[in-house]
Amino acid sequence: MFWNYGIFCAILSGSSWGIFWQIILTILGILTTGLQLSLDIAPSLFSGALIGFIYIIYQKYIQLKQHIIFVIITTLLIYGVTLGDPYYGENENIFIELILVLVTSIFIWISVYLTLKNISIGKLSRYQSEKFYIRLLWGLGLITLILITLIPFYIMVMTSLKNQQSLILNPLDLSLDFSNGFSNLFISYIELFKNYNFHIFLANSFFVSIVTVFITLLFSIPGAYALARLRFPRKEWFSSSVILIYLIPSIVLVIPLYAVFSQLGLRNSLFGLIIVYPATTIPVALYMLRGYFSTLSSEIDDAAIMDGLSRLQIVFKIAMPLSKPAIVSVALYVFMIAWNEFLFAFMFLDDPNLFTLSRGIISLNSSEVPQQHLMAGAVIATIPIMFIFIYLERFLISGLTSGSVKG
Amino acid sequence: MEKNVKRKESILSIREKKLAYSLILPTMILVLSIVIIPLLANFWISFKPISLGDLRPPKLILKESVRSKLSPTNDFAKIQYRYRNSSSKYELNEVAFSDLIPKGIIVTKIKSQHDCKIKKNKLVCKLGKIKPKAFGKIILTITKNESWNDNDNPKYQKPIAKYKSINILTSLEFTFENFKKIFSASEFWDVLKVSIYYTFFGTVGALLIGLFTAQIVNKSFKGRSFIRGLLLFPYVSPVIAVAFSWVILFDPYSGIVNSLFIQMEVIEKPINFFGQKYTAVSIFGYEFNFPLALTMVIMFEIWRYFPLSFLFILARIQSIPQDIYEAAEIDGATPLQQFYYLSIPFLIGIIAVLFLLRFIWTFNKFDDIFLLTGGNAGTRTLTVNVYEQAFAISNLGAGAAVAVVIFIFLLVFSVIFIKFSKKEAI
Repeated sequence: MFWNYGIFCAILSGSSWGIFWQIILTILGILTTGLQLSLDIAPSLFSGALIGFIYIIYQKYIQLKQHIIFVIITTLLIYGVTLGDPYYGENENIFIELILVLVTSIFIWISVYLTLKNISIGKLSRYQSEKFYIRLLWGLGLITLILITLIPFYIMVMTSLKNQQSLILNPLDLSLDFSNGFSNLFISYIELFKNYNFHIFLANSFFVSIVTVFITLLFSIPGAYALARLRFPRKEWFSSSVILIYLIPSIVLVIPLYAVFSQLGLRNSLFGLIIVYPATTIPVALYMLRGYFSTLSSEIDDAAIMDGLSRLQIVFKIAMPLSKPAIVSVALYVFMIAWNEFLFAFMFLDDPNLFTLSRGIISLNSSEVPQQHLMAGAVIATIPIMFIFIYLERFLISGLTSGSVKG
Repeated sequence: MEKNVKRKESILSIREKKLAYSLILPTMILVLSIVIIPLLANFWISFKPISLGDLRPPKLILKESVRSKLSPTNDFAKIQYRYRNSSSKYELNEVAFSDLIPKGIIVTKIKSQHDCKIKKNKLVCKLGKIKPKAFGKIILTITKNESWNDNDNPKYQKPIAKYKSINILTSLEFTFENFKKIFSASEFWDVLKVSIYYTFFGTVGALLIGLFTAQIVNKSFKGRSFIRGLLLFPYVSPVIAVAFSWVILFDPYSGIVNSLFIQMEVIEKPINFFGQKYTAVSIFGYEFNFPLALTMVIMFEIWRYFPLSFLFILARIQSIPQDIYEAAEIDGATPLQQFYYLSIPFLIGIIAVLFLLRFIWTFNKFDDIFLLTGGNAGTRTLTVNVYEQAFAISNLGAGAAVAVVIFIFLLVFSVIFIKFSKKEAI
């Protein structure tokens, strides 16, 4: 069939990369420069297909230096197909357009070059053609995934750095305006800390999360050790009830806790949250730590018992130091859950002096507060989590996969 | 000799057992008291006619005021006690109060419908039963005696009230009204349908994208671990931050998606992605109503949770022995054949477990939908309905009844999950 031929693969890959990069880079161009560019996929489709065609014919003669020539050919093709006007926008800026077209050409060329490696012009074997299609799909898929993942975060950060006027004037213009000084970019952040008590929210969030981590560890380390190492009747029952408990959703617990805490006067207090949070995180921590403790060799325990250590001493002097990485990852994970928690904070807290960040950001979600403030709040809530995550990603991933995870 | 050894072992094992219980029981008790007790309490509340306002138990409000002050020139004054039942629904029983009368003051007259007496400088009034919202007053006429001085203020001590009131939370009043109400409401079945639709497509979507992502990231390339971390961002960041950035991204007036679509002439009018229940879509001349807001909410769910499926599937892929792929390669198996005949059989177990686990958690999801649409525009799931009933309509009992329905579903799913996860240890 026709799709087994190298020449078809070349044209297909050229045109798909052409459309793909044209769409993405035009949108990026609009968002970063604020120019009103129009999106027309036809030029890149034709240029991409042509460049794929040229490549597959001349590939034998291509050397490293000729990449530049091919990029230039692609650029010329795009300009040629559009009769010299690739983005027929209103506020034209020829220089920026040229850069955009050049970047588009570079991306198209590199992508075409990488996907068409080892593909000859004639009929391909099933193995070769599958490899090609998978490579094409892989490239398109990877870039799409990265973009889809990042776009909301990009919007969040960029919106928080804009001001009300320019957002209303042109919502698509996310370019940064340095003309009013550097500190003017962060005006929403300054506003949040000055007028909306965000320093209090931050402090409350840190306080609640850290206390939750400590209580969780205090209770789950001994429990997990017992579940992993000691023999006792009904051990299985304990283990499976831990799993069951962490399948119970907060929404089922929120009404009775609300009712009882209201009557006990615990509802509108951080203490109430500090009681509830560990109960929801301990099962996860137990599960993760139990998995880790049972990977430790039990011979160490036996040796320690021979040396006269009691079981409790073993927990503190042997098991805990050995499982430091696991404990750190559990601590971080628990911190993350407590920091991100929204339902109980939303239900329980009424007093603005007690708000955690999640609760505080909810209060920004009204028509009176401009959206760049809301986004600045979102950035403030996300940054600590991102730091933890980037710094300790490896720990966290191994921890997440070793014990399954609450969502 | 042998007996001795056995006995020693059993002493050790008893010690071990004691230690184990002392390590695990405090943890279990804490968790049970915050999870299991509220769970049972939820059942209790679901059978009670209780609203948000009932959480404040009925109180007797008692106020004392003095009319015309006693002074060296004024011999007579009046003390007035006014009482009121704060509740509009429940009566107060065995109400009584007492108040100390200063020594220099003599009560000359008591004007009251109730049984009020003076005993040793103390006024004791028995008011008995007070109906909801009922109020009344008691007036004492007082005068001064020889020992009176300026400090003898009749108000120097507050009256002490005693009464019994029903606490609706702990009373034994039960009703089926809550369940009747939620099951007979026409929207309930819609809510259930939306819940299942959301859960199913959210779970399957996140799993498929996760599987796809795992295949992509499994190939080694430069910066792979960086990309792997990056793809987890949606899962680790606070729900509140990402939900609001989606809302702003798709905002009908100032959202980037709408502005882009309009500028590129894909659409003419802005679309209210999170606020429009249906949008008419015609494919091949056949028109149907596409549930827009619900689909958007499902997309968010997939976006936020595909990292988790991806992480688990990737971990499993990387534990597959590589030599079987090498052998297949030598035998001339194509990539698709390798995926179909080698990878899938290895992954099917983890996919099944992930499906069930994610199904349960997606079913339980509240935050995401609540923040994105508030349960409007045809996106109200059972969990949002709990909030809606209990806190928006302030009928706690009905909310608890919906929570019971959720719990029963959950129980069924969990039984299936545990059966599966025993086969496939995760």
